[in-house]
Amino acid sequence: MSISFESLEELIELINRIHGFDLSGYSRASLKRRISRIMDLYQLDVSGVKDNLINTPGFFNNLLMEVTVNVTEMFRDPAFYKVLREEVFPYLATFPHIKVWSAGCSTGEEVYSLAILLKKQGLYDRSFIYGTDINANVLKKAKQGIIDLKKMKEYSDNYLQTGSGDSLSEYYTARYDAAIIHHHLRRNVLFAMHNLVSDGIFNEFQLITCRNVLIYFNKQLQDHVFNLLHGSLSLFGFLCLGSKETLRTENLREKFRLINKKHNIYQKIA
Amino acid sequence: MLNLSSHIVKKLSRAEVLLLACSAGGFKILFDILKTLPGDLPVGVLVIIHRNAKYETNIEASMKEKCRIAIKVAEEKEPIEAATVYFAPAGYHLLVEPDRSLSLDISEPVNFCRPSIDVTMQCTAEVYGAGTAAILLSGANQDGALGMQAIRSAGGLCIVQRPEEAEISTMPKAAVALGAADLILGNGELIEFAQQLNNYLTSGSHPWKN
Ligand SMILES: C[S@@+](CC[C@H](N)C(=O)[O-])C[C@H]1O[C@@H](n2cnc3c(N)ncnc32)[C@H](O)[C@@H]1O
Repeated sequence: MSISFESLEELIELINRIHGFDLSGYSRASLKRRISRIMDLYQLDVSGVKDNLINTPGFFNNLLMEVTVNVTEMFRDPAFYKVLREEVFPYLATFPHIKVWSAGCSTGEEVYSLAILLKKQGLYDRSFIYGTDINANVLKKAKQGIIDLKKMKEYSDNYLQTGSGDSLSEYYTARYDAAIIHHHLRRNVLFAMHNLVSDGIFNEFQLITCRNVLIYFNKQLQDHVFNLLHGSLSLFGFLCLGSKETLRTENLREKFRLINKKHNIYQKIA
Repeated sequence: MLNLSSHIVKKLSRAEVLLLACSAGGFKILFDILKTLPGDLPVGVLVIIHRNAKYETNIEASMKEKCRIAIKVAEEKEPIEAATVYFAPAGYHLLVEPDRSLSLDISEPVNFCRPSIDVTMQCTAEVYGAGTAAILLSGANQDGALGMQAIRSAGGLCIVQRPEEAEISTMPKAAVALGAADLILGNGELIEFAQQLNNYLTSGSHPWKN
């Protein structure tokens, strides 16, 4: 089943009106694919979806869980993590406390990757990492710190490529088909709900990663989020975007220094 | 001169975007087509190839020097412009927005592929409708068959590399089997087609377009 762009606009409108959730800045092409998928999953046509949105408690939440794209990896783009360690961490090390925010953290793989990297560099004990997302299901999973062992094998490869010099298996315990992230790596970590569209600044950070989230937003919403992230960074704090995401917001470009062009790492200078 | 039926000529004349897609065994013919395309092609071109995201390739950079048409890696939210070839970056699906800009998506692979040819073809057909033209080349899996079908149902033009001339025929065969080919061309014909393309494309000057 497939939803037309026109019906999609109606749905966005309805969701905003009834559930107070604003999807209007999201990529239509992606929303269209995701909602068509949901219609297949639940065997619903457009009016069925609308009907459920209005009358079925919990339906909207289920829809939201399916609309967001949560695909993630540990040490996704190993070269990025290498640059982070080599070019950003020496600077971070000069801060007495290091607060990190992974915005749009999905199931937490990025957060645990950062925890491991900080640990290896001896910075973890004075760090605190916040992972936030709008999807309650992925946050629940993130909190557990349990990762499919098969996937962990792939991630070990990624980790090797970051050039850290040790093995990922140092950081988890394998039990049956699960990899359990070591307890101390979960101690300085907090997962919470935060909506980049509608929630505000909640702390001041030395490092923010917001990777593969902005690709789902239109330019206007991207500008809004960049302003929020800028306001959430301490002076000389770092902002890391996904490998295909760049800072384009006019009034913000002069407030950041480009640290690494290939990996889209920026430092706040004003 | 390639002899095209009036049906094909008509479909071509309303084309506003061109898709080129291939996988294993298709790179050479793809490059030959790109090298042949005129520098002032009146439509934009989207290229989907399967490649491993873990290894860096510099296909775009090396093609740039050899082609008359502009070549680049697609960036998210950039408008699709005429006379430009946009390669889907490895590791992302390439989507088309209703305002005819591009976006990137990191959702699950489709047919074990990301970028998936089906995904981009379906998206493009939804936005450009009958104004979509696509060429599907050699490949070792069936990605692209459903996409071609979507383009065909939208009234677009679907060209498939002649399976006997494809290095690996699985992909073109799958599209043909689905009845998703308007035209099947051999390798020489594909090049001729690329040469003549500007004679048929009239993008932007349709009296029925608003
Ligand atoms: C593709 S994942 C990226 C995960 C991780 N950062 C990475 O790069 O591997 C995108 C995440 O952004 C989240 N997201 C989408 N809209 C959001 C919003 N308005 N506020 C916060 N998170 C959002 C989704 O729920 C999803 O988990």
